[in-house]
Amino acid sequence: MWRFVVRRLLWLVAVLLIITAITYGIFFVMAPVDPAVLFAGKQPTPQVIAEIRREFGLSKPVWQQYGLFVQHVFLGDRYGWPGLGFSFVTRASVKSQLGSRLVVTATLAFGAAFVWLILGIPIGVVSAVKQRSFVDRLAMGFALFFVSAPVFWIGLMFLWVFWFKLGIAAGTGYFGLTHYGFFTWLNHMIMPWIVLALVEAAWYARMTRGSLIEVMGEDFIRTARAKGLSETRVIVKHGLRASLLPVVTMFGMDLGLLFGGAIIVETVFNLQGIGQWAVASVSTGDLPVILAVTLVSSFAITLANVAVDVCYAFLDPRVRLQ
Amino acid sequence: MKVQQDLQTPSSTVVSIGRSTRSLVWTRLRKDKAAILGLILVAIIVGVAIFAPLLARLTGHTPNQLFENMRTELGLPRGPNARFWFGADQVGRDLFVRVMYGARTSLFVAVVGTSLATLIGVVVGLVAGYYRGWLDTVISRGIDVWLSLPLLLFAVGLSTVCSSSLRGCLGGLLQPGLRLVTGIIALFTWPYIARIVRGQVISLREREFVEAARAMGSSDARIMFSELLPNLMAPILVYATLTIPGNILFEAALSFLGVGVPQSTPSWGRMLSDATSGSLFTYAWWMMVYPGLFLLLTTLAFYLIGDGLRDALDPRRAVR
Repeated sequence: MWRFVVRRLLWLVAVLLIITAITYGIFFVMAPVDPAVLFAGKQPTPQVIAEIRREFGLSKPVWQQYGLFVQHVFLGDRYGWPGLGFSFVTRASVKSQLGSRLVVTATLAFGAAFVWLILGIPIGVVSAVKQRSFVDRLAMGFALFFVSAPVFWIGLMFLWVFWFKLGIAAGTGYFGLTHYGFFTWLNHMIMPWIVLALVEAAWYARMTRGSLIEVMGEDFIRTARAKGLSETRVIVKHGLRASLLPVVTMFGMDLGLLFGGAIIVETVFNLQGIGQWAVASVSTGDLPVILAVTLVSSFAITLANVAVDVCYAFLDPRVRLQ
Repeated sequence: MKVQQDLQTPSSTVVSIGRSTRSLVWTRLRKDKAAILGLILVAIIVGVAIFAPLLARLTGHTPNQLFENMRTELGLPRGPNARFWFGADQVGRDLFVRVMYGARTSLFVAVVGTSLATLIGVVVGLVAGYYRGWLDTVISRGIDVWLSLPLLLFAVGLSTVCSSSLRGCLGGLLQPGLRLVTGIIALFTWPYIARIVRGQVISLREREFVEAARAMGSSDARIMFSELLPNLMAPILVYATLTIPGNILFEAALSFLGVGVPQSTPSWGRMLSDATSGSLFTYAWWMMVYPGLFLLLTTLAFYLIGDGLRDALDPRRAVR
């Protein structure tokens, strides 16, 4: 067991290095113009460009530059740890602005994850149990609709209908829990949660349905029925438990995609999360912010993935043997 | 026209599955009402893309023509009327014409991006699955890492960096605009195909016909591309079809976030982004409803075909 955990942690270090290599490659090596100019924001002064060149060691060979970059990220730079650089657009270190943004993104992601799990899995189960019934067809029709629909369009339509036309939901923007109180906060988070969750719930309903139907054909289900267990018990205790394994695996894999969805939902609902920050930084040319958000979110996703893996190994002994 | 040529590829790959399989698949697919609906919808969208200039001629407007009379004194766009069927956008362009031309952008990305991704994915998947060993470990681990990352964010970064100069990235291979977006999409979706192909190759390579080919002295390349590849056409076709809607949405998302195709190129995602700026959509609902509907119908159609093909090629799944 501990060998597994140690191997996983070594793997984590390797992946973090790979991520820095990819981001470094995209932002510095592939850049068609001088990276120092790119990182200095719009209309930089020669002093700023010279400062950035020194900071990133841009006159040294590429491998030394990359080494310096990794050193900054993991050991901190002159703005502290983690070293995420300085935004020449806002004239502040990226790190100092990151915390409050992360709170918003985490609020959106965890809330949405909760909503889609309580929507997607039960719908998938009902669909699988009542296969080919009217309910199944209706649910799968809805699932197909939300899988196909662009999340930003759903977001806009929801805003138009529920906020602008009917006036039953709050508009865009994030209203902090401590500052504005619980109800204002909740009111402004409900629609983003639902919009992000609907798209994901559709995938999970489809997955759960497929997986449960497959599991219900297995021998151990027949055995459970033969023992005289009630059908509910067979489905929930035996069928669902086995069929949720691939769903849990997918949950780990999906974090990256979820983050993509979160970027769009943050943009549509103007929630000041890290995704919206990166997107807003595109038009201002604030490359350090985009780089920092890319690094931080990739690291977070990788950490979460390893955590899921380790928990999984504790729960399911088969994983450890592989 | 490039779009037309490339649209032929899916049907020509079906041929190589072999006659019996093809007719079998077609028989099953014909009974699948949802898949037929998907085929009809795709045919309509392809028709719209091809005949966009003709449809535009019906209105007498071009995609980037500005109509001052379609804006109010306050500069707001005017809604649908007898000459502007879908209304106008924020600068007074005919939205109907732009939505029609938008089909071209989406289908270009879908076809070229997916073909590129499939090509890379098939080669990488074949190599990884056939040779196994350390090469396979490196490739599959790499794919696992790659797919768990926030790819949309990487795409935003890559697109921003590569758009910083007209020269583009990788020595001009990724030039700003539609080419960059298509390249990014191919770069980000090939691992899905590679993973499927690798899985299939691993089980196929142990079969007798591969052993026979090896005994006859066939080279590795020959075994991979003439023996294994024809047997992989069915799953490749299914998963390539199933990645198309994702790729269309990827382009739309990039354009929506403002890092996709340039302003002058009509793109559904871009139009929706225009509708959001300054909450314009609360007034100009047509700017949100029409591009969104076309986007939805296109992705839906490809999902319907993909699901139908998968069920038709794998009868066990159809029972589910």
